[in-house]
Amino acid sequence: MVIIGLEVHIQLTNLKTKLFCSCSNDYRKADPNTYVCPICLGLPGSLPVVNRKTVDFATRLALVLECDINHQFWFFRKNYHYPDLPKGFQISQYNKAGGKAFADGGKITVRLNNHKKDVILNRIHLEEDPARLVHKGSIVSSPFTLVDYNRSGVCLIEIVTEPVISSPEEAREFLKQLKSIVQYTGISNLELEGSVRVDANISIKGHERSEVKNINSFREVERALRHEIVRQKNAIKRGKILIQETRHWDEKRKITISLRSKEFEEDYRYFPEQDLVPIEIDDKFIENVKENLPEMPNERAYRLRREYMLTEFDSENLVLDKRIADFYEEGANADPSFGSSEYKQYCNWLMNNISGWLNEHNTTIEKTKITPKHLEDLIKYIREGKITTKIAKSFVDDLMQGKSVSRIIKERGKTRLSDEILIEKHCKEVIEENPQIVEDYLKNPKALEALIGKIMAKTRGQADPSITRELMLGLLKK
Amino acid sequence: MEIYNYMGYELLEKIKNKEITIQEVVQSSYDRIESTDHLLHSFVNLSKKKAVEKAKEYDLYLKKSKQTGKLYGLTFANKDLICIDGFPTTCGSKILEGFRPPYNAFVIDRLTQQGTIHVGNTNMDEFAMGGSTENSSYGPTYNPWDLSRVPGGSSGGSAAAVASGQSIFALGSDTGGSIRCPAAFCGVVGLKPTYGRVSRYGLVAFANSLDQIGPITKCVYDSALILEIISGKDPLDSTSVNNTVDKYTEEIIKPVDKKVLGIPKEFFGEGIEKGVKSSINKSIEKLESLGATTVEVSIPHLEYTIATYYLLCMCEASSNLARYDGLRYGKVSDDPSSDVYSAFSRTRGANFGPEVRRRIFLGTYALSAGYYDMFYIKALKVRSLIRNDFVEAFKKCDSLVCPTMPSTAFKVGSLIEDPLEMYTQDILTCSINLAGIPALSIPCGFDSNNLPIGFQIIGDYFDEKGILNIGYQLEQELGIYRKTPSLKTGGK
Repeated sequence: MVIIGLEVHIQLTNLKTKLFCSCSNDYRKADPNTYVCPICLGLPGSLPVVNRKTVDFATRLALVLECDINHQFWFFRKNYHYPDLPKGFQISQYNKAGGKAFADGGKITVRLNNHKKDVILNRIHLEEDPARLVHKGSIVSSPFTLVDYNRSGVCLIEIVTEPVISSPEEAREFLKQLKSIVQYTGISNLELEGSVRVDANISIKGHERSEVKNINSFREVERALRHEIVRQKNAIKRGKILIQETRHWDEKRKITISLRSKEFEEDYRYFPEQDLVPIEIDDKFIENVKENLPEMPNERAYRLRREYMLTEFDSENLVLDKRIADFYEEGANADPSFGSSEYKQYCNWLMNNISGWLNEHNTTIEKTKITPKHLEDLIKYIREGKITTKIAKSFVDDLMQGKSVSRIIKERGKTRLSDEILIEKHCKEVIEENPQIVEDYLKNPKALEALIGKIMAKTRGQADPSITRELMLGLLKK
Repeated sequence: MEIYNYMGYELLEKIKNKEITIQEVVQSSYDRIESTDHLLHSFVNLSKKKAVEKAKEYDLYLKKSKQTGKLYGLTFANKDLICIDGFPTTCGSKILEGFRPPYNAFVIDRLTQQGTIHVGNTNMDEFAMGGSTENSSYGPTYNPWDLSRVPGGSSGGSAAAVASGQSIFALGSDTGGSIRCPAAFCGVVGLKPTYGRVSRYGLVAFANSLDQIGPITKCVYDSALILEIISGKDPLDSTSVNNTVDKYTEEIIKPVDKKVLGIPKEFFGEGIEKGVKSSINKSIEKLESLGATTVEVSIPHLEYTIATYYLLCMCEASSNLARYDGLRYGKVSDDPSSDVYSAFSRTRGANFGPEVRRRIFLGTYALSAGYYDMFYIKALKVRSLIRNDFVEAFKKCDSLVCPTMPSTAFKVGSLIEDPLEMYTQDILTCSINLAGIPALSIPCGFDSNNLPIGFQIIGDYFDEKGILNIGYQLEQELGIYRKTPSLKTGGK
């Protein structure tokens, strides 16, 4: 049995300024060490001041995750030396020694193989991001380490789960839901590079755990977990005794490497940060944040089931990415003649063809030129029998470039004969007229080219080659 | 009378009336530094060029306009741990050699806006850790009343500069007595305001829950004048407080006949020198003669203050001083090193002095896993007991009066080898920082060696006006505040 607990660090990238100073949060395109001030550089004499907006953002997340928000909000110092830490300590929160996290408990519901499970959270807390270390090539071979303090002091929110996750797939689903919630609350854009970092505690029941650090994207988590579980299982198989240790995920080699064992664990000497005064978070404030919360993914999925008669599975998938769900509602709503079958079709097109294209091209829908109207038209053209589904599928590339359905048909009609029915008719004729070539084909598949060549000759090269090939193969099978 | 012997408020009057130019004021400061600082070593860095230019500019401005700052033309010396944009700030430590902060402390901005002129930064115990200014990497400062003695500390350079007329006033910082101790030893007025009264933004931290900036002046009126300027809420210091800033200069001249003075009996216990005790008692009699009444009060937990204070300040210091690793500023160990941790260690080992290293070690130890509850948490509990003692005492009286230091200035080198004995010197001052309340030290007399004695007035939270009022009336009654030091080496 596998036991996994996650610590997810998320930068609140939608804040305008850093956690304790007024430097801009939007450091990614800036030259190194330009978004800095005495406070985030930790210069002698400087003092932190809490960015009040962070309290609002953290409250939003805590409310959606159903955590208990602590009414007094204050910080501790986590003391350790590292070149990325300009003060020699990180201002963080601590839930021991008289300290409290921002909020305790909470949960995220995940679905795996049609089975629902609540992943219980331990706490969420706020802390400052350290600076960024820059190497030439790999950390091992680089002749130098450069420090870029632009990231220093950016606000991180840490979500700590209980050790209740039982597989890498479950971890993946958990992160998928978390990502969705973070997007809906509007506190962060997790697509920005370096906006998320995950530490994972992994053990096989009855054995010591290891903590894998430095997993720098949600995608890598499942992979790192899989690797670590295999490593631990193999070690147990060979009769080795696992020790409690911290391991590092090497993103390039896709393996975990031992950093230090528990006996060399750092003692962080946590104690209260007295340069800051505790902030009161009263019920009135929490109530106010609650009232202004946008619709959350689970609420939206519920509504989509009612309004568009979608299945639970479809609605839950559709809402995951807010931009996709917004696109859906805009398109599906636009035509009053649309009913449950068009709603379902619209959803399928969006989740299969469009999302597939987006994944393939590693992009997101708002970066493409397709509009909800384009997809709405496509579905109408199919409904009215003007195009077949098969042809419609060949339109996706053009749709993503922002071409309307009527324009695609017009363009293709001029230069290319793509009507399946017509091509099919030609195919049948060619098969009947050329029994010898068909016979050759049964011995040598290369003869297919000769048959296709005959069709091209008949249509003077206007038939779509890929459709022709597909139809011809289908007919020849019979 | 020489310019450097005037009180600050008198000079302001003379500048306004055009009897003295600001250039003359600044020149007198630098002349005095030139003729005395080889004896005293109050300063570590001077800002002469800029000060002279500024004085010229201010004099020109005065010809055209009467609208000036409230401290227009006054010179001040700055303790070497309060940041001034572009000016070297070393905190008396080698580790900050070459560091020039790119910004002004809140207090510096406030003083500059009112027309003060910075003459230089003063010597101090390294990172304000010490009570004699002997722990400076730049060598000790000497007491203007007897050059063989210490000026007190850690703001020893500031107190010596004011006592000897090198500047009209100075800034100090007080964590466990670092303003009041040197003020007492050098015969000047030192005020430690309530924690949060003056912004700490730009004050290099020693123990951030105890540190507070305050003025060192020749007289109580000047102290009130400066406090009016540097007090108030600063959005950049979350611990600064938005209480009303009183018109201290108006409040202090009121009579004290209604005042009830608490005599905290534990502050008059063993270890207080006879000469000190008798001088304090004479001053209390003077206050009674002005109509004040006295009542005995008790601070029962005073005996735990040294242990509590040193524990907390060392814990905080171990964290506050963690940033000095040579990576971003300050001195780096010359020895190139293969890994970053040995580079950090070498830089810190070579450039922190012995007292600073001692406190970092002890503070790190006390915060470590397994010791935290036993030391840090316990000390916090005792701290709140001590705070409560004062709260209780202030139910019976307006202010407390007692000695500032158990003795007068001691000989250079006499305690430096005995840190514990040195720590006990703070017995009468550090409980005030633990409680976070304000206290004032004013000169009230001299011992048989003609060394000044400090009279301490402790106030309730934000009652700076109360203690300045008592201090002012006592000062006027005693009439010794114009006495100037000999700048000679005494006997014994």
